[in-house]
Parts: sequence; C-alpha cells; structure tokens
Amino acid sequence: MPQKIFAPWDDPQEKPLIRFQNVTKRFGDFTAIDSIDLDIYAREFFALLGPSGCGKTTLMRMLAGFETPSSGTILLAGQDIAPVAPNQRAVNMMFQSYALFPHLSVWDNIAFGLRREKRPKDQVAARVEEMLKLTRLTKFARRKPHQISGGQRQRVALARSLAKAPKLLLLDEPLGALDKKLREETQFELMDIQEKTGTTFVIVTHDQEEAMTVASRVAVMDEGKLMQIATPDRIYEAPNSVYVADFIGDVNIIEGKAHQVGELVQLDWAEGQPALAARTDKNLGLAQTCYLAIRPEKVSISADRPGGANALQGEIIDIAYLGNLSTYHVKLPTGHVIKAQQANTRRISRRPFTWEDKVWVSWTETAAVVLDQ
Amino acid sequence: MRRLILIAIPYVWLLALFLIPFVIVVKISLSDTALARPPYFPQWDWSLGWAGIKDFFAELDFENFWFLTTDDLYWKAYLSSLRIALISTLMTLLVGFPIAYGMARAPEHWRPTLMMLVILPFWTSFLIRVYSWMGILSQNGLLNALLLGIGVIDEPLIILNTDTAVYIGIVYTYLPFMILPIYAALEKLDGSLLEAAEDLGCSRLSAFWLVTVPLSKQGVIAGCFLVFIPAIGEFVIPSLLGGSETLMIGKVLYEEFFSNRDWPVASAVAVILLLILIIPIVLFQRNQQKQAEAEG
Repeated sequence: MPQKIFAPWDDPQEKPLIRFQNVTKRFGDFTAIDSIDLDIYAREFFALLGPSGCGKTTLMRMLAGFETPSSGTILLAGQDIAPVAPNQRAVNMMFQSYALFPHLSVWDNIAFGLRREKRPKDQVAARVEEMLKLTRLTKFARRKPHQISGGQRQRVALARSLAKAPKLLLLDEPLGALDKKLREETQFELMDIQEKTGTTFVIVTHDQEEAMTVASRVAVMDEGKLMQIATPDRIYEAPNSVYVADFIGDVNIIEGKAHQVGELVQLDWAEGQPALAARTDKNLGLAQTCYLAIRPEKVSISADRPGGANALQGEIIDIAYLGNLSTYHVKLPTGHVIKAQQANTRRISRRPFTWEDKVWVSWTETAAVVLDQ
Repeated sequence: MRRLILIAIPYVWLLALFLIPFVIVVKISLSDTALARPPYFPQWDWSLGWAGIKDFFAELDFENFWFLTTDDLYWKAYLSSLRIALISTLMTLLVGFPIAYGMARAPEHWRPTLMMLVILPFWTSFLIRVYSWMGILSQNGLLNALLLGIGVIDEPLIILNTDTAVYIGIVYTYLPFMILPIYAALEKLDGSLLEAAEDLGCSRLSAFWLVTVPLSKQGVIAGCFLVFIPAIGEFVIPSLLGGSETLMIGKVLYEEFFSNRDWPVASAVAVILLLILIIPIVLFQRNQQKQAEAEG
C-alpha cells in the first residue's frame, strides 16, 4: 500500500486554514510586510525563515492579534480575524522569551489559559496533567519557573500554549535559547508533539537547519517579502533565486551569460575559460545574465582531470575541517573560489589533499541550478 | 579576621547609632521626672559602686507606661495616628501606582526625565514645601482663589487646619517614596508576560490583576512601609496643616518633651510608638523570608 504523502498545498480542493490576502504592514514609513499572499494548511508545520528584521515576527504577531495589518485581510478558517481580539482567537503563541509567569508554579502556568475559560476544576486538572505528561514535566509541576532548567522552561511554555488546544500554535524562535545539542533533541520532540496533537504549527526562526528539520513547508522571507515557499527539499535543491540559494546552506554562485540549446545551458562565465554546462527547464534569453548555484557537496575534487562536463583546475587555499566533513576552498586562476565538500571517510592523516595542492573540481550538468535572479 | 572586621562595621554602626540611644530612651522612660538637669531621676552614680547600681535599678519602674493608660489622650493619639497613617498610605498608593505605571510604560527616553520630576521636590526644603501648602490651602489661598475665579464654588472652602489638609500634606510629601519602589518593580516587568496573558484569554483588565499586580506586589509593600512608618510619627505636617482637633502622636511627643518637659513620659510614648512600628515590620520580614525560602 503506498503511503499517503501529506501535501495539502498540492491539492486544489484543499481549503487553507490561514490565508493572507495582499497583507501589508507599515510602521511609520517603514514597510515591515509588503503585500504578502500566503496559504497555510491545517496540520502543517510551517516555518517562516529569514534574517532578523525581515518581517517574520511581524507576520506571526499579526496572526496572534498583537498587530493589525495596514491593508489586506487575514482569514482563519475562512473568517477575517482583523476584528477579533487576541484573547478571543483560537490561536496561541509560544513566546521567544517563553514569558512564563514567574509568580506561578509550572502547574498554574499551564492552567492559566484553561482557568480563563471558566472550565470546571476537574477538567482543568485533567488537561494540565495531560499536558505535563506530554511534555514530561510531571515531576516539576510544583516548581516555579526560576527553579527549572532552560529546556524544561521551554517545555512549560509549549505545554501552556498547547493546553487550550488551539487551532493554530505560533512558535516564536522557540529553541533560540537552548544549546545546540538540546535544540536538536527538542526539534524532534516538537515534531512528535505536533504529530500527536494534530495542531497546525507556525514557527518563526532564523536558523535554516531548524526550519529544514521540523517544517513541512518553509517560507523564506527577506525585507517584508516572501522569496520562496516550498518543502525543505525543494528549497534546498531548487531555490528560485540567488538569495534563497545563498540563505539556505552553503553554495557556490557563478555569474555569467547564457546560451541555451533546448534544456542545456552553456554559461560564459570568464574570459578564456570553457563554458559551464547545466540543465534547466527555464527559458533564458540569448546572453541573458544568469547564475549557476552549485552546492559544495555536489562538487567533487580530484588530483587528475576527470571526464565529464564541468572541470576546472585550481589551488587549495583553505580547508575547513568539520570532523565528518571537510570543505576545500579551491581558488581558480580567474579569482573565483569554489567550495567543494567531501566526507572524511578516511583518517585525517591519510587525507589525499592539503594546502596549495593543484586539484580539479568538477560537477555534473544536473548538479547546478540555473537562476535568473 | 578581615571578615570579622567587615561584619563588625555595620553592627558597630547599629549598636552606636540605634541600640545604645534606644537603651538610653528606654532607661529614661523607666525613670521619674525631676526638676533637675537632666530632668529625670535616678542618675547613674559611679561613686557608690555595687550598691549604687542596685539602688539605680530599684528606682526604675513602669509608672510612666501605666500613666499612659490612665489618660485617654494617649491611646486616642495613637489610634488617630494609626488611622491617619493608614488612610494616607492608602491614598498615596492610589495616587502613586498609576503614576509609577505611567512612568514604566512611557517611552524609554522619557523615563529619566519623569524620574527627575518625581525626585525634584526633594531639592527644596521639606519645611518650605509644607509652608507653601498653607499658602495654597488657606481660606484666601491659591486654590480657593482659583475655584472662586472659575465659579465652581461661591464661598471659600475651609481646608487648612483640618484632617483633609493633613492627608494632602502627607500624600504630597511621601508620594515619591511610594512611586519609586513601585516603578522599580513595574519597570522590570516583561511586556511579553502581558501579551502572553492576553494570548491565553485574559482581557486587558484581568491581565493587569493576574500579572501586573502580583508582580509589583513587592514594590507596593515596600512603598507602603516607606510611607506608613514616617507618616505615623509625623509631627511637622499635622502641626502646620492640621487643626486643633488633629491628634497625632508626634505632636503629643513634642508637647511632652518641649512644653511639658516631662522626658520620662515622652520617652515612654516614643517606646510604645517604636513597638507599634516594629511589630508589623517584623511580621513583614518573616513573611518575606518564608517566601524566599519557599522559592529558594
């Protein structure tokens, strides 16, 4: 039986849970959000990714109700949410600072939202216990927030925002305050909880690895605009612009003039150098300026000239040793520096290349992505 | 050894400037009044040796404290002081909290200026400020002139030399002591806590009661003590702004010391006042300590 792939965004029948229609937000004469259209579907784990100041937090705060759009509408399950006050929305937020109430115990923090709904006491207690169990905090229920660790505080914040079973959970840099190891563990925990509860998550982050790990889809933002919305693998393998390619992961960008024959593009990129070949489904004009984006791990490095399409000779000027991987910086005679990554399958003493070695870098026609912006 | 010296400094300070004077006051309160200099008896007589010490202690008694209970002036003055101090502390809180709240919510670049404005009155002598209130509140003072001028009232209000004037004076004088600790507590308050409360279903008002108020509790308590303690022993404000009916223990104390020249009774009054003040302070401190231990 083929497993059903979760991809509501490909299904034209599917109604989005959240729809941004031409939403703009200005603060004075600064435009934080510039006429954005965006659909987010139920049960998605949606990541808003971008550098600080790109408008991702503003976008999220509009969902929570702390900001109102200057123009455009935001629909939640088909309803305009502009007139709905933050305390009336079926949306909860996990704050970057966690915003745990310091005067209340873990238990009371989690119960805070439930009590505001005037639910009966035993129901509140049952729900809090359930949340404590979900986030493995049962032992710490009686403690105050300053008596638990950062990771536990993060889980309290998550439990508190999930307690009211919101339609939509907003997470503002939820793992920013945790160290790397804990962050990685927590990412999987978050995904697990998202799957168990079936809640739609929207996460804001500037950490591209985090976005790639947890999200079903990623929106890359820059200066108030959405640059690309796609699944993590599409964002990585098929970025639509130099900005996205550069923001996500490491990349070599080579600028040149295109000569296209069918699917094959020949790129004139430097005086007296053979053209670089790449395949694309784009239609480029003659001599149009375009860019090749090649991921370092798709560039191979060898001592002898390899066969195949794109091979360039250069000199190793730098080696970044990451333990499992090494990134070689190879300087070409034209001045370009090409990064090539190799897995360190052998002990470091047997590394075949070292500084100032003359080497060949090469990649296949399909390895590079042709970008026109 | 160095540690011992470091610890000793504050203790020596307390001993020399608080405990020894207090012991002297207690001793005077147990003595009898005398037409002498100093105006009380017995005196410590070194020349008589051990017998002198025994005689000295034999002369001490609680007569003055007993005397305080026989004349209802004293306990009425204590009660009236307590009442005036309590009410004016409450009024100072009601005026001070919104001001502190406004300051803490003001744009950051405005806060030093606002803080300056709160502290500014301290640059003028306290006495001059209280006198100037006489000019404002008197029957043909500024306030009445203003109200008559704009036609709100037909006859001048009688405010000066009433309890109202005393309340106004105390609230005015001690307002900064209320504002500053509350401001300090509110300024530390993380704005995202209020957003979180709203996000979890609170209205603005309930977020204020459930988050802002409990988190500024320490500041409110500190402010109330800073106002209540000096207000209960206040002497200048009731004697300048209050009327003949305004009974406060500070005034009684002054009369006993300087008009009546009865140092032992005056000292007894002071000792009782101190006990009245120490009890709530000790209770408050124990409460604080318990809370700190619970949070430890």
